[in-house]
Amino acid sequence: MNISKTVNESTLNIALEGRMDTSTAPQLDEELKDSIGECKELIIDFEKLEYLSSAGLRVLLAAQKTMNKQGKMIIRNVNESIMEVFEVTGFVDILTIE
Amino acid sequence: MKELTVNATVDNISQVTTFVDEQLEELGCPIKAQMQIDIAIDELFGNIAHYAYNPDVGPATVRVEVLKDPLAVVITFIDNGVQYDPLAKADPDITLSADEREIGGLGIYMVKKSMDEISYEYKDGQNILRIKKHI
Repeated sequence: MNISKTVNESTLNIALEGRMDTSTAPQLDEELKDSIGECKELIIDFEKLEYLSSAGLRVLLAAQKTMNKQGKMIIRNVNESIMEVFEVTGFVDILTIE
Repeated sequence: MKELTVNATVDNISQVTTFVDEQLEELGCPIKAQMQIDIAIDELFGNIAHYAYNPDVGPATVRVEVLKDPLAVVITFIDNGVQYDPLAKADPDITLSADEREIGGLGIYMVKKSMDEISYEYKDGQNILRIKKHI
């Protein structure tokens, strides 16, 4: 999985590419630990993300919990198969998906 | 029937996925079913890698069988690690808010929802987990 990041004042933009699974989800976890800081808005772009497994859901849940305290988190450009994962697991109700 | 035996490590998940995907592609498996199976491999082989032999490393076997009429694949995961029935765990409450949610239990839940059948047995010192998916 590739992770690219841009910071614009208090907004952190992260774009993901590839597969977020047991092997790769820790990369995003590390990136967020390093970068999330005091940001008020976290935007994660899923346009080039193929799929995610529960390892990815764990990282997203942790990020959502952090952002609930300090601002908001938005996930963009979710493909159909990933949307199904969010629906099956109830994450559609937890996350803000645009 | 084809099978692959490798050390149960997170690094080997991609090798197992490639091994299964090659057979799915030969069968003309739809991309959606293939992704669901890939996720199931990540969850199930990942569980074995994390827990079966912890803190040591041991082998796991992944077997792929093809059923005809209707076309389906049966994938069996076998390890000799500690006895563990992932199906014994209660399903997570998917209606809780983010702050109430616990980490964990989601992986096997996703596999249950996306596969047509899932079964577990412990036999001769082996954990045997089997999933079936119509393709």
